[in-house]
Amino acid sequence: MSRLGNLGARLYQGEVGYDFVGKRKVWYGVSILITITAIVALAVQGLNMGIEFKGGAVFTTPKSEVGVTRATEVAEEISDHIPIVQELGTGGLRIQISGVDTAEADRVQAELAKALNIEADKINADLVGPSWGEQIANKAWTGLGVFMLLVVVYLAIAFEWRMAVAALVALIHDITITVGIYSLVGFEVTVGTVIGLLTILGYSLYDTVVVFDSLKEGQKDITKQTRFTYSEIANRSINSTLVRSINTTVVALLPVAGLLFIGGGFLGAGMLNDISLSLFVGLAAGAYSSIFIATPLVADLKERDPQMKALKKRVLAKRAAAEARGEAGEDQQDEASDAAVPDGAAAAGAVVGPRGRGRGRPSGRR
Amino acid sequence: MAAPNRGRRPAGAQGKPGRALALILIAMVALTGGMFWAGQLTPRLGIDLAGGTTITLEAKNQPGQENAVNETNMNTAVGIIERRVNGLGVSEAEVQTQGNSHIIVNIPKGTNSEQAREQVGTTAQLFFRPVLTVAAGGPAAPEPSPSASTSGAPKDDKDKETATPPSGTPSPSATTQGRAVTEGLKAPAASPSPSASTSGSPKASESPAPGESPAPTPSADPATAALEKQFTALDCTDDKARGKLGDNVKPTEPSVACGKNSAGQWEKYILGPAEVNGKDVDDAKGQLDQQRGMWIVTMDFTEAGAKKFQKITSRLSQQQPPMNQFAIVLDGEVVSAPQVNQTLSASAEITGSFDQESAQNLGNILSYGALPLSFEEDSVTTVTAALGGEQLKAGLIAGAIGLALVVIYLVVYYRGLSLIALLSLGVSAILTYTIMTLLGPAIGFALNLPAVCGAIVAIGITADSFIVYFERIRDEIREGRTLRPAVERAWPRARRTVLVSDFVSFLAAAVLFVVTVGKVQGFAFTLGLTTLLDVVVVFFFTKPVMTLLARRKFFASGHPWSGLDPKRLGAKPPLRRSRRTTAPTTDPKEA
Repeated sequence: MSRLGNLGARLYQGEVGYDFVGKRKVWYGVSILITITAIVALAVQGLNMGIEFKGGAVFTTPKSEVGVTRATEVAEEISDHIPIVQELGTGGLRIQISGVDTAEADRVQAELAKALNIEADKINADLVGPSWGEQIANKAWTGLGVFMLLVVVYLAIAFEWRMAVAALVALIHDITITVGIYSLVGFEVTVGTVIGLLTILGYSLYDTVVVFDSLKEGQKDITKQTRFTYSEIANRSINSTLVRSINTTVVALLPVAGLLFIGGGFLGAGMLNDISLSLFVGLAAGAYSSIFIATPLVADLKERDPQMKALKKRVLAKRAAAEARGEAGEDQQDEASDAAVPDGAAAAGAVVGPRGRGRGRPSGRR
Repeated sequence: MAAPNRGRRPAGAQGKPGRALALILIAMVALTGGMFWAGQLTPRLGIDLAGGTTITLEAKNQPGQENAVNETNMNTAVGIIERRVNGLGVSEAEVQTQGNSHIIVNIPKGTNSEQAREQVGTTAQLFFRPVLTVAAGGPAAPEPSPSASTSGAPKDDKDKETATPPSGTPSPSATTQGRAVTEGLKAPAASPSPSASTSGSPKASESPAPGESPAPTPSADPATAALEKQFTALDCTDDKARGKLGDNVKPTEPSVACGKNSAGQWEKYILGPAEVNGKDVDDAKGQLDQQRGMWIVTMDFTEAGAKKFQKITSRLSQQQPPMNQFAIVLDGEVVSAPQVNQTLSASAEITGSFDQESAQNLGNILSYGALPLSFEEDSVTTVTAALGGEQLKAGLIAGAIGLALVVIYLVVYYRGLSLIALLSLGVSAILTYTIMTLLGPAIGFALNLPAVCGAIVAIGITADSFIVYFERIRDEIREGRTLRPAVERAWPRARRTVLVSDFVSFLAAAVLFVVTVGKVQGFAFTLGLTTLLDVVVVFFFTKPVMTLLARRKFFASGHPWSGLDPKRLGAKPPLRRSRRTTAPTTDPKEA
């Protein structure tokens, strides 16, 4: 852990760091690959829609001696439909039968009770109309649309349009990955899943926004210095917030993992499990995308800006010149850049690397 | 405590951590006190945790009425369903609209859910019945003879009114004035014909109710006598008595019913057999009459309905008050009882002291038969309390374990700093719990499973804010600052990050809350609430406590276990010049 602490320090000082922006093409490639896989899986395999979307009834029994196989037979006999029977952590059973309507459900419940030798009122019946899930899903899409719109507007105002675009791309990317994993693994899509997916929106953006916030700070007065290009500053932003990103992701994932593995393990499939599963997948995807996709994308967009292009040219020219002039020249340049960055910016210097390095060199400062 | 005198003190509110802490302490005490005061020590549990039945209804557009699913209609439907469900004697049953087209009916455990479902699912009964007698809502004193109650003469009504207990204030005349009257009111009053039988109604409707005959004949018919007895005893101000009224009423027989007049007081009626029913109304709406500048309700009848309506109005218009009224009866309750002054047929207009809402409500009730919309049962969930409890237990265990893991991680990684994080999480938990508990009685918030899930997930969000702040402080220390300036300098930037990201989180929760239905809404609400509380806690607790603790030697000296050890954090040895120059200038202030 202290090693992680040291890592934090070294990341902060810019001593170590991963060139996220420089290697962005690799990660774009990875993401595109994942996205294509997700889309193909979705097209070929589709999603395993839960009973909420197909309609039917879910019966939950208390602890009983009846095994899954026997219960499946009984339920199939009673309902004429192929049921999905799961054993719960409590020893009870969860029996899903699609295509059962209100009148049917009562009959099935009563007969199940008889066949499984359980009191009828101890069996929990959950009747689901096919349009219920569809409604929720439709609302979810509406919510998604509204949310994206609002967030893009907000980010465009609070930051800038490039960041809004990048955040949106990252968001869509997260959703695609999550949906893709559901399709690939064949997890059942329930209302809980949809809830989880919607929550990812906020979370994924939360992470992205924190990195952007640091980037916004780092790019202040960027045109007044000639040491770093925009991409390099973006990269420093990611690295300097990396420890925070890791920590927050871990801290966010821990309770969700608790819900998923302990709550789910105890109770078997259920709403808690559904929500936490999609949250877990989505959170991981969200952390990945905010680091590997969103910020590099901002850098990419920003580098097309004429001002940034000019800056890049100047930076490269300076560097070439410095190389030609050797050590002495670099020192001088150091002074120049420090002078250009006012104290206010220096205070905000958590991410602007140059000062850290300059200060580290005794000769450069005193 | 000895430390505070050393070093510079930041200016402004930052320098008064005690104030913010006192504020949040007061808030916590007030909330906890409020909890005890309200006598509510645990959050209201949702139906999934307490057990019961949830019925979700979805409104469907009927052909030809594409815009029927709107807020007004949904609200009318909720009112009707609520009346029905609570008519069962169910306490605490909730009927709410969810989203634009769903109605959720929550029926707590311990009631006959089968019956409830039937009641909710069936379409209400709407009838037009002639009014035979009106009286104030309380039970009549036994003195008045039955003939008085059945007499059509207004004088008799007045007599009756005096006989009623003081609770029933409205006089019949007030009733008819305030009530909707037909347009025909302006027309020359129809010649008073006291005999109802002369109206020439071909229906047998009147024969079973000889009591309506104006002649003060003591009722010989036992059915009528029973009705009169029932009428006399009826107390419309009693909810239970009212609830029973609608049961077993046959439209073909006279009945007693209650209704509110425009003054909002209960009145009771004896009504003749139904002559027109809700299906005979083709369309009705409340609209503003531009010329007269008043709200009216217009009705159009179907062909068959028009004939029936013509019959009833031609007869009633001949009658003396109060028998010139017909009552619009919905589920056994009189919604409105307009006077008839002329024969009407295919269309009619009801005028009276309507406002926009009441006119539109009546219009809705009339045009949709009963429920303004047709509903489809979307899902029926019965949850035994045992299972809900188990789920809650699992959720809480999972939450506790998740929290424990977070605590371990924070302690290992942040060491002494984690103390602040844990305290903040504790404050956040207390605030969340008390507010959730108080929101139960206040706005009907019920903690359901998704909400529990939302609260657990929120642990992550809350912890995130501390991490942002702590990392900022550590960055400042790495810059070479000592702890106290580091704490202050890190704050504005951490604050901005926390606000910006919490805003996004809150936006997500708000959008979810607004557009979604049922379970999702509970989740979104919890998420939004905890996000808001996160901001409160960070501003009023975490930051002030950080400021206070920064004065302690343990933290300020960067003890290896404080989590702020400059060496471990890799601070650059040469301290910043700026700090050294500013420190002396501010010192004297303190001394």
